[in-house]
Formats: sequence, C-alpha cells, structure tokens
Amino acid sequence: MSVATDVKTLVIDGINVSARADQTILEVARENNINIPTLCHLDGLSDVGACRLCLVEVKGSPKLNPSCVLKVEEGMEVTTSSDRLKHYRQTILELPFAERNHVCSVCVANGHCELQSLGQSQGLTHVRMPYRNPQLEVDASHERFVVDHNRCILCTRCVRVCGEVEGAHVWDVMGRGIDSIVITDLCDPWGESSCTRCGKCVQVCPTGALFDKSKVGSPHPKYPEFLTNLQVMREASREGL
Amino acid sequence: MSQTITIDPVTRLEGHGKITLKTNDQGEVSEAYFTVTQVRGFEKFSQGRPFYEMPGLMARICGICPVSHLLASAKACEAIMSVTIPPTAAKLRSALNMAQTIQSHALSFFYLSSPDLLLGMDADPADRNIFGVVKVDPELGRAGVALRRFGQHIIELLGKKRIHPGWVVPGGVTEPLDSAKRDEILAMIPEAYANIRLALNWYKRIADRFRDEADHFANFPGAFLGMVGEDNGLEFTDGKLRLIDATGKILVDKLEAAQFDDHFGEAVEPYSYMKFPYYKPLGYPDGSYRVGPLARLNIATHAGTPLADIEVKEFKQLANGPVLGSFYFHHARLIDILYGIEFIERIFSDPTILDTHVRATAGVNRLEGSGVAEAPRGTLMHHYKVDENGQMLWANLVIATGQNNNAMNRGVLQTAQRYVKGDKLADGMLNRVEAVIRTFDPCLSCSTHAFGQMPLEIKLVAPDGSTLDTIRRG
Repeated sequence: MSVATDVKTLVIDGINVSARADQTILEVARENNINIPTLCHLDGLSDVGACRLCLVEVKGSPKLNPSCVLKVEEGMEVTTSSDRLKHYRQTILELPFAERNHVCSVCVANGHCELQSLGQSQGLTHVRMPYRNPQLEVDASHERFVVDHNRCILCTRCVRVCGEVEGAHVWDVMGRGIDSIVITDLCDPWGESSCTRCGKCVQVCPTGALFDKSKVGSPHPKYPEFLTNLQVMREASREGL
Repeated sequence: MSQTITIDPVTRLEGHGKITLKTNDQGEVSEAYFTVTQVRGFEKFSQGRPFYEMPGLMARICGICPVSHLLASAKACEAIMSVTIPPTAAKLRSALNMAQTIQSHALSFFYLSSPDLLLGMDADPADRNIFGVVKVDPELGRAGVALRRFGQHIIELLGKKRIHPGWVVPGGVTEPLDSAKRDEILAMIPEAYANIRLALNWYKRIADRFRDEADHFANFPGAFLGMVGEDNGLEFTDGKLRLIDATGKILVDKLEAAQFDDHFGEAVEPYSYMKFPYYKPLGYPDGSYRVGPLARLNIATHAGTPLADIEVKEFKQLANGPVLGSFYFHHARLIDILYGIEFIERIFSDPTILDTHVRATAGVNRLEGSGVAEAPRGTLMHHYKVDENGQMLWANLVIATGQNNNAMNRGVLQTAQRYVKGDKLADGMLNRVEAVIRTFDPCLSCSTHAFGQMPLEIKLVAPDGSTLDTIRRG
C-alpha cells in the first residue's frame, strides 16, 4: 500500500490542504489554523455531531454538514464561514439559551463557560425565541459535585467521558427531544450512584451544569486538556514506551 | 370637603412607591399611607438552589447595597456550615461593609437629599437635584461625588467589581488582599477626611434652617434596633443586636441572628408589599421600631474611633436620651461616613490584613441558619433553611427599610398634617412629604424586591373615593 492512496487533497476556505482519508474536516481545518466553532466536540472524545455548531458548506451539496463527523473526500471544496453559516450558528446558540435557565451573573462558570464564550465570539446579541423557563432539578446529593440541569445543554460530553475514558458509564441520557436530561445510573441521585468520583465529567462540562461544590464563589475554570494528555500516556503505555 | 392626595411616584429614592393622603371635611390630612407597589420574589426562586450560591444570588436584590446582602447571606450560610471564618477575612469583610456604607450614604445625602437642604424644600424642582447643588455649591457637590467614589473604589479594589462583587463567599472571601491595593486604599484616606469634614461643617451650619422640619419629620417616641460591638460602640458587621425604647432603656440585648424570630414578628398591610416588622412583646403596631443611622447612634454609647467619638458626643447633645426626630438621620449618616473612613484606615493599617488565610470550608452541618449585618439603612437579616444536601428549602429576609416602614408611614402623616393644607396641592408641601421618606433613605427594591426606578405620585382623594387632585412624577 502506497502512502499516496491514503492522502486526499481538498480546499477549505480557498486554501489547498491535504489530509489522511480517515480525518474529519474539523481536524484538517484546525491543523491548518482554520477555526470552526464547536461545542459538543472535545479532543479526546468520540464525536456525535450533536450541537451542529461546526456546520460547514460543501460545494455541490445543498445541505450543511457537521464538520466534526464529516470525513474528507478528494476534491472537496469546503466553506467554514459565510453569512448563512453565521445565521445558523447564532440560531443554534440561541436555542440552548432559550431552552433552559442560563443566568451568567450568578453562575459558577461565569467567565469560564464555553457557551458564554461562543455567544460572544459568534456575535450573539440577543435571543429571538421566547425563553421557556423550565423548572429543573438541581442534584446536590454528591459529596463533591453538583449537577444543575438548568445549565445543561445536552452536549453529552459527560456521558462520553464517563463511558469512554473512565469506563464507568455512570452518566447517560433519559427521555427524548426537549424532555431529554442527563442522568446518573438509572436516574438515581448522583450521590447514591456508582460514580467513581473521578471528576472527569466536571472538567469536560462546557457550562456550569456540572461543578465542584468547593468552587462556588471562586473562579471555576475547567481543564479538559487532561483528556489529550491521558490519551498520549495511554497510547505510550500500550506501545510499551 | 375631604379628599385623597396621591404622590406617585416618590422621587429621589431607591425603588418605586407612592404616598396617599386622605383629608377630612375640614381639609386637614387625617390618614397617610406609604405604599410600595411591587414584589420581587427572591425568597421563592432561591428554593432548590445550593445554599452556598445564596450570597451571589441574594446580592442581586440591590445595586446600592449588594455588600450588605452578601454579608448577611454569607453569615447565614456560615451558620449552616457552623464555621468561624478566619480573622483576616472578617476584617476584610467589615471594611468592605464600611466602604459600602460610605458610598450609599454619600448617594443618599449628597445626591438625593442635599438638594432639599441646600436649595430649600420650596426650590424649583428643575434645580432641586445634584446638578443644582453643584451649580450653587460646587465644593459640596464635589465632596459628595468624591466620597461616593471613595467607597465604590474600595469595593472595586477588594471585590473586583463596584456593584455585585463576588468576593464574599460562605466561609470568608475568595482572595486575600495584596499590599498594592492596601496602599492605594490608604492613600485615598486624607482626601476622604477632608470631604466629610466639609460636609459635616456645612450640615451643622444649615441644620438650624430646618428646625420646623426636624420637629415634624417622623419625630415621635419609638423603639430603635441596631447592632453594637462588645464595648457598646458602633458596629456594622460582627456585633450583636440591641433594642432600646424611646427613653433609651434596653429592651433586648446581645441578640444573635438566630434569636431574631423569637423577638420580632412581621405584620402585613393590604396597601403595601413591604412588610411591617415589630417587637413581639409590644405587638403590632405598638412594637414598631426604627433602624438605620439614627438608631445606631441612639443605641451605641460611642463610636469607637477618635473623630467620630467627638461627633457622636455632640450628636447626643441634641436630645436628653435618644434623638427621636427622623430628620437627624441626615446628621447620623454623615457621622457614619466619618466613622467608616476611620474604621477603614484602622483596618488597612493593621499588618495582619495581608494574611493569606481568608477562607474556611465546611459542608452542611445544620439545616437552618441566620445572618445579620448592618446595611447602610439599618439591620438586615437573612434566614435560611436547607435540606441535608444543602439545597434551599425556605428563605426569609428582614430588610432594613421594612423595619422603618411603620415609622415612614407615621412620618408621612405627621409631615402632611403639618404642611399639606386645603384642597390644592403645592409642590413645596408635597416635597416635604417626600423629604420625610428620604430621611430614611429607603431602598424599596430591597425591601419588596421591586423592579424599576423610583418615581412618586401624590393623590388627593375625597371621602367618596373620588380623586380630587394628583401629582405624578417619574
């Protein structure tokens, strides 16, 4: 097998790039310093294409595609920013704001929230949909952590990190559509669940939905980059390095 | 013919309220009501939230005195945690509280009330504002602006934000003080002294002009509640409560926040969303009392700082026993500011203020907790109940302004009976009715948790219910 057969060449935002056949548009774009906003994607976790923020235009295709799960193809012409995409991305961001109760001023993640940062970087000035103001539970039964469903955007990073990296699969999603909610075990209180108390889910949560009790009132930055470090270490140990 | 006068909205206050005056057939004012027309609901929507979020959440009640809510709330949370906070954190918080008292009092005295005092109660309303003050007495206006900035800047240096600083948390504060900020605060002190001295001297020169107002602005025998330190001096943050009667006799002493409910009840009236707290043994309304700067000076034997001690001594000469006229809230407010500057200087001159151990941690150790602090306007109490996970089940706030509610209503009646005559309303009469409310510096947004700005309406209503005359502003 020659190396050449595995390499695809394509155009992203007018720039000629090359990529391995198993790469996604998002990966290739970032390798080439082309920024595509993401929310549910996190380096080190599988991609689910849930948030739709990384949508891109592909020449010849009328629909928009999530770049985190779109594999490269030979000769593709991809556009990552346009008025149409801006409109869609802003609307996509408005939806979680309208869906639950995001009040930045009293949120533990204020200043360290990916939803807040994206709102700013994508030029979100207001929400056009009516707020739903649902009454959602806060589960503070865990000795160290709290889940506030009011701030959850259902990105499922917690579900993925718990299953794929920690191997515990405590988190999952219950319900459908607008009624979906993340749960621990079979909808047991977090403090009574089989949680290993590793805290990975808190570190990957992009908002203040999962937080450390001891951080309330203090800045609560999260450090999801531990995931890529962990991956490197695990691969190294597998290869016996 | 009898009538009802409504002042709606009341101007130059924090919040939104109205005044209704009823006259009898001789045209004399027979009834007066100060109505607060909005409700907010913090006690309700905090339910279910983790208790340690409460300081940040409750501080949003008010943009003028968020620090008082932060402190009362944090102390209620600390009662739930059963912790004693590190001494440096306690000092930093008490300095923050004084900084807020200074800025809030500066706002009340210079921005809201000095127009009446400098330009006169009957001055043209177009000039009767801070701009009119600056035009006539630029030095006084400048001193007011500078004192407010002094307080606000200290809050910003300590808490990173002038309004709603998130620095106070259950267990202490989030970050210790660094020496650069300490030095910056100390460097501002001399100018603050000069400004408050200018204001005090000016006030004492003009106070005599308002002898009649002083006699009729909510001037009546009644009880006073406030915090005192262990030495019976002024205390705003970490003291115990004391209630005295109109003769100065101590009715309750060394009261802890947790005992507040044992001694004080809250009545409601159909015409206002603001509650009417009262001292239980005397019942409602006889057990109504006043809080705030006047109450604090009546209760404390001295200030506890050298310059303020001299002023308190002079203040106490105003009456044989407690000073009962609410007009003297203005005077007391200026003494509070002087005390605050001295207190801040003392706190930041103490080398232990830079200690880095400023936060204690604990979980839920009790299911109920109360915290009390002196807000600029008087005693503020937060009372919480939580479940075993620390989630809020119930909250009750007793706000300073609410505790002055009965006194404000009595004051409105007393002032209206003195100044409102006949069936035609003149601006000067109504301004005095508003001015009596302003002496209390009420914060209606806090006390009812109301939305909006504070305008005012006075309505003159006949016995048959028909409105004869209305003045509306805002």
